[in-house]
Amino acid sequence: MSRVSRWFAQHWVMGVALLVLGYLFLPIAVVAALSFNRPSSRLSYDFNEFTLDNWRNPCATSDMCDAVLRSVQIGFIATVAATALGTLMAFALVRHRFRGRSGLNVLIFLPMATPELVMGTSLLALFVAGGVPLGFWTIVIAHVMFCVSFVVVTVKARLAGMDRRLEEAAMDLYASEWQTFRRITLPLVLPGIVAAALLAFSLSFDDFIITNFNSGTTVTFPMYVWGAAQRGIPPQVNVIGTAMFLIALLLVLASSLRGRRARRAAVAVAVPTPTATSRS
Amino acid sequence: MSALAHVPTGSGQSASPPPAARPGRHRFLPYLLLLPGAAWLFLFFALPLLQLAAASLYDPNGTLSTGYALTWAFGNYPTALQQYWPQFTRSFLYAGIALVLALLMGYPLAYAIAQKAGRWKNLLLVCVVAPMFTSFLVRTLAWKTILSDNGWLVGLLRDVHLLGPDGRLLATPIAVVLGLTYNFLPFLVLPLYASLERLDYRLLEAASDLYASPLKTFRRVTLPLSMPGLIAGTLLFFIPATGDYINAELLGTPNEYMIGNVIDSAFLVRLDYPQGAALSFLLMSAILAVVFVYLRRAGTEEVL
Repeated sequence: MSRVSRWFAQHWVMGVALLVLGYLFLPIAVVAALSFNRPSSRLSYDFNEFTLDNWRNPCATSDMCDAVLRSVQIGFIATVAATALGTLMAFALVRHRFRGRSGLNVLIFLPMATPELVMGTSLLALFVAGGVPLGFWTIVIAHVMFCVSFVVVTVKARLAGMDRRLEEAAMDLYASEWQTFRRITLPLVLPGIVAAALLAFSLSFDDFIITNFNSGTTVTFPMYVWGAAQRGIPPQVNVIGTAMFLIALLLVLASSLRGRRARRAAVAVAVPTPTATSRS
Repeated sequence: MSALAHVPTGSGQSASPPPAARPGRHRFLPYLLLLPGAAWLFLFFALPLLQLAAASLYDPNGTLSTGYALTWAFGNYPTALQQYWPQFTRSFLYAGIALVLALLMGYPLAYAIAQKAGRWKNLLLVCVVAPMFTSFLVRTLAWKTILSDNGWLVGLLRDVHLLGPDGRLLATPIAVVLGLTYNFLPFLVLPLYASLERLDYRLLEAASDLYASPLKTFRRVTLPLSMPGLIAGTLLFFIPATGDYINAELLGTPNEYMIGNVIDSAFLVRLDYPQGAALSFLLMSAILAVVFVYLRRAGTEEVL
């Protein structure tokens, strides 16, 4: 084999992979570029003229900012509720034996495998049959429902990978159950809970299909974009899109740095110093 | 969305039941921990499905304002199917083509990250997930810009005569399939990556030491060993892609409408709940049937 063809044989997979990554990032680049665009008309999506106005006045269209704010509120409430419910379930599933376990596993798995369309329409059918007025709180209920399963799976993975001997060691050293939970279990599971919460928030913030069926006249950010798509998207939508991307990217980078530190901390917990134990 | 990668691992870990709690203590604790979450899922996931089934059998002559009567009108199903058969088959066709395209792109990507990336592994993985940080709708609208009639892509394709002088991409089936492929690709790549990451590189070396060609090594070693991730990934791609209607609405025309568009308008525009519910239920049953047959053929039933 010639040197060229050998090099090609070894690297073509990486070449394809980088092309695919380019494909994945192409729309992001377009969104970022359009956030600096002054469109020639409301219905034009082509790049016209460079401007910083959209970033200076992201709330020029106040409807959009109201919608973003509402999405943040809904996302926050849904995240807190789903993370609490899901974490409790994860603890029960990993730490306890009980009847009906396999049935429960199915109940947790199914929402992740059901098309959003089916969940959205069925919840709408229930709300309508029960005479529940659609709005802010029905959106929250729906979001908690589809986020819970993802929280359970994420926290469960963290719990299952945890070394039980650390807790046993704490108990052997006369820590009460509550102390063991507070000082050992919770700090070790916390990264999993935080990851689950971030996931829940991003799922809630970005959900369109289920929200569309259960929102009544309440407008979230995705609902706003959907509605605006018919009459022309204000360029500020791209500012929000780019900002979301940057914030999430920063969070991921920060958490991977923290993850590295947390692993070191876990080692430190595994080898506790005498002073640390005597203080508790 | 990155937790989707945990789905196969998560269910695998649940296989071994935890040790029994110490006798007599905390007998009711697990039930207390489970109660709020399980009740929520029952009330707002399982119960609505029953209500949807009931709604699909409502008297089709009722209206939302006068109320519906449950008359066990099974005729709603054949009527709905007859009327919307093209959109129904189109959903599966588009999702199927998008799946093939996504496999062609996603497999090399997952393989390269898992086996070839070295210390860049985590960075590349973040790159796969990162596009999903931007809103789904905003991303899809960006495709509208890329594929637009006076965009550079259409211009390029016209210049090399892959498109006729007035050929277009936007508002064609190509745009919808491309959008579906794009939007759900990470769901395919992440579980696939999780499988391929655990693949022992020495097995591939052993195969080539034993004179297997690269193609044969792939067919006989890599592919079978990546099967769990491949199955999980194709399902995580196919299920949402079949039920999607955002791409068809934003990138297509009514000629490209999928079953989701029909269900959306049945519930929110035409207010024909019995028909919408029947179509929703048909969609779920059809997807479950495809998934079931697929899992049987693939030979791994443990995934569910």
